[in-house]
Amino acid sequence: MRAVDAVMECLKAEGVEVVFGLPGGANLPTYDAFVHGGIRHILVRHEAGGGHAAEGYAKATGKVGVAFATSGPGATNLLTPICDAMMDSVPVVFITGQVRTELLGTDGFQEADTIGITMPVVKHSFMIQHPTEIPRAIHEAFHIARSGRPGPVLVDIPMDLSRAEIEYEPVSDVHLPGYQPKLEGNQKQIRQAAKALASSQRPVIYAGGGVVNANASAELIDFATSDRFPVTCTLMGLGAFPAPHAQWLGMLGMHGTRAANYAMDEADLICAVGARFDDRITGKLSEFAPRAKFIHIDVDPAEISKNVPAHIPIVGDAKHVLAKLVVEYRAIGADPARLEAWWSRIEGWRAKYPLGYEDSSDAEIKPQYMIQALYEATGGEAIVTSDVGQHQMWTAQYYDFPAPRRWINSGGLGTMGFGLPAAMGAQVACPDQLVCCVAGDGSVQMNAQELATCAQNRIPIKVFIMNNGYLGMVRQWQELFWDGKYSHVDMGEFPDFVKLAEAYGVTGMRFTDKRTLVQDMRRAIATDGPVLVDVRVTREENTYPMIPAGHAAREMVG
Amino acid sequence: MGEPGTKDPLSLEELEAATNMRTGRKHVLSILVENKSGVLTRIAGLFARRGFNIDTLTVGPTEDEQVSRVTLTVDGALHPIDQVTKQLHKLVNVLKIRDLEPIDTVARELALFKVSADGTQRGELMQIAEIFRGKVVDVTKRAIIIEITGTTDKIAAFESMVRPFGLIEMMRTGEIAISRGRSET
Repeated sequence: MRAVDAVMECLKAEGVEVVFGLPGGANLPTYDAFVHGGIRHILVRHEAGGGHAAEGYAKATGKVGVAFATSGPGATNLLTPICDAMMDSVPVVFITGQVRTELLGTDGFQEADTIGITMPVVKHSFMIQHPTEIPRAIHEAFHIARSGRPGPVLVDIPMDLSRAEIEYEPVSDVHLPGYQPKLEGNQKQIRQAAKALASSQRPVIYAGGGVVNANASAELIDFATSDRFPVTCTLMGLGAFPAPHAQWLGMLGMHGTRAANYAMDEADLICAVGARFDDRITGKLSEFAPRAKFIHIDVDPAEISKNVPAHIPIVGDAKHVLAKLVVEYRAIGADPARLEAWWSRIEGWRAKYPLGYEDSSDAEIKPQYMIQALYEATGGEAIVTSDVGQHQMWTAQYYDFPAPRRWINSGGLGTMGFGLPAAMGAQVACPDQLVCCVAGDGSVQMNAQELATCAQNRIPIKVFIMNNGYLGMVRQWQELFWDGKYSHVDMGEFPDFVKLAEAYGVTGMRFTDKRTLVQDMRRAIATDGPVLVDVRVTREENTYPMIPAGHAAREMVG
Repeated sequence: MGEPGTKDPLSLEELEAATNMRTGRKHVLSILVENKSGVLTRIAGLFARRGFNIDTLTVGPTEDEQVSRVTLTVDGALHPIDQVTKQLHKLVNVLKIRDLEPIDTVARELALFKVSADGTQRGELMQIAEIFRGKVVDVTKRAIIIEITGTTDKIAAFESMVRPFGLIEMMRTGEIAISRGRSET
């Protein structure tokens, strides 16, 4: 069969349900194979939309997302989603077309050195040099993308090789001698960690996206509740521990709660699970958690002691390690009473510094209220995606995620334009669930073209634009740190989002009144098909509390 | 360690953090990689984007044609070697890395020196070359080429000896290294 038909067989063998992509010259053979390939394909309007949709699909399900693009500009348009998937450890396989092998290196039409351009931002990549390599490369790509610390893998296939005839034999094993992720965790180290936890007077569990990736939420809850360990999650970890829970401190980091950040600051032992001590968490590194010893559990050994030296390093996947840790910890029979003083200190912070804002007394919609209204309108049960900026932080703060894989956002790379296509991918993955996107009026315009994809395929996402007419987070930083001189942050009232929605064949709505917001949102959610809602919020509202960049947790403002 | 639940106490105070951040010495990393296109680019790119400097780098075949060996030297005073090796291990094509211990390692470098030498200086240069167990591999009327192998230090010493004669060009391969005894490098 043709190599491209073998590609379809490989995708089916990997359990792929859907591919997001856009055809072009160099992947014409691949698209010919889609005609009878038996794989659902969703035609996106821009390759970046396809890449983020594949990420949304992967984040909602834990399965590998797949995006296709042609050579040259098709591949370069995928660069942002690839990098995004790398930063947030999202399992996605990207398959790009390439010019014919005889044209390689000649600056042929639509030629780009895709492998070279993407090399710094992929977990691995395959440049196909012979058509018989294709099936194995595809299976190895899926294996690498989903195992260990997940990430993006790219397969670049020159056009002439993709149309070549090959003998296809199903590949049942992958052989990668240089790639052997360690999942189990060293038992001795785990026992040491359990002992340290039992000795600790002021412990905190700091959980990140690795817990979500490892599907280890149940293990995390079991471990945390094996004693009264206070739990905080990173932006990427939200939902891994249920937000309405007595031991939940809220998110930590730059826009985290004071309770979470102060607890990190005063902790004597921090148990980091699937988290990587990003600068948005640590603030000023030299003053981060100065009294604490660190247990660091991560499937990627390179994360351990990268930013903060670990006292008890444990290389392993959160699911395996936490399951063993809880057994070891229970066996010790530590006295929970030792944590009472710590909890009363934490309760003090909670009482003194709850998340809050000054609500309006009239119809004006405060952005924080908008998120609370969305929580109410959805019963807290929606899958929520976001773009990047103030609206993202407010969603993280005010939408109490009860379960993992409900919160889908771009954390590491901070990609504006992520939310809408990611919602599209999540909705395709979970057709029976409510999928909402909280977007910024700036961000949403970066991939608004995918509304056409949603309309054409009846992908019923509900997009709520938090419209303040500004690039809000940049405006906030200019107000706070650049003497209030606003430089190119005012987006005005453009475009008219209701008309834009209608032009795309999507229902458009505009909400301006706080008093009816919850029922208005319910009406939008109850509307069939995709809906784009322009929610007009307070123009100049700041996201608080905040640790200014490069400062310590103690220096939180707002 | 005992069984789970043994109550031998552990004091948090006694826990020590990883201290392998900076070692302060040169490290020779011997890296076995799959002999596939682009592997060297992946290694070089990793060093560049993480801000690690490569002091020397050599690549060559091994006894197994599917496997190549990259030997590179990195300054452990500037870079956390532990982080360097862990990042290298993440490359799928990297099979094995050894951070060679200086006392258990035989390391050699090859260098070619082109030194200006007319009749009167030639004899003296040849004597120096002999002391360093170098070989004269080419002589012309006004220059001489000397081949020398040895440790990096020996080559540096030789360089300082011949520089006053007028060093026209010097080429060095960078170190290759192999572990002593029966064990594989």
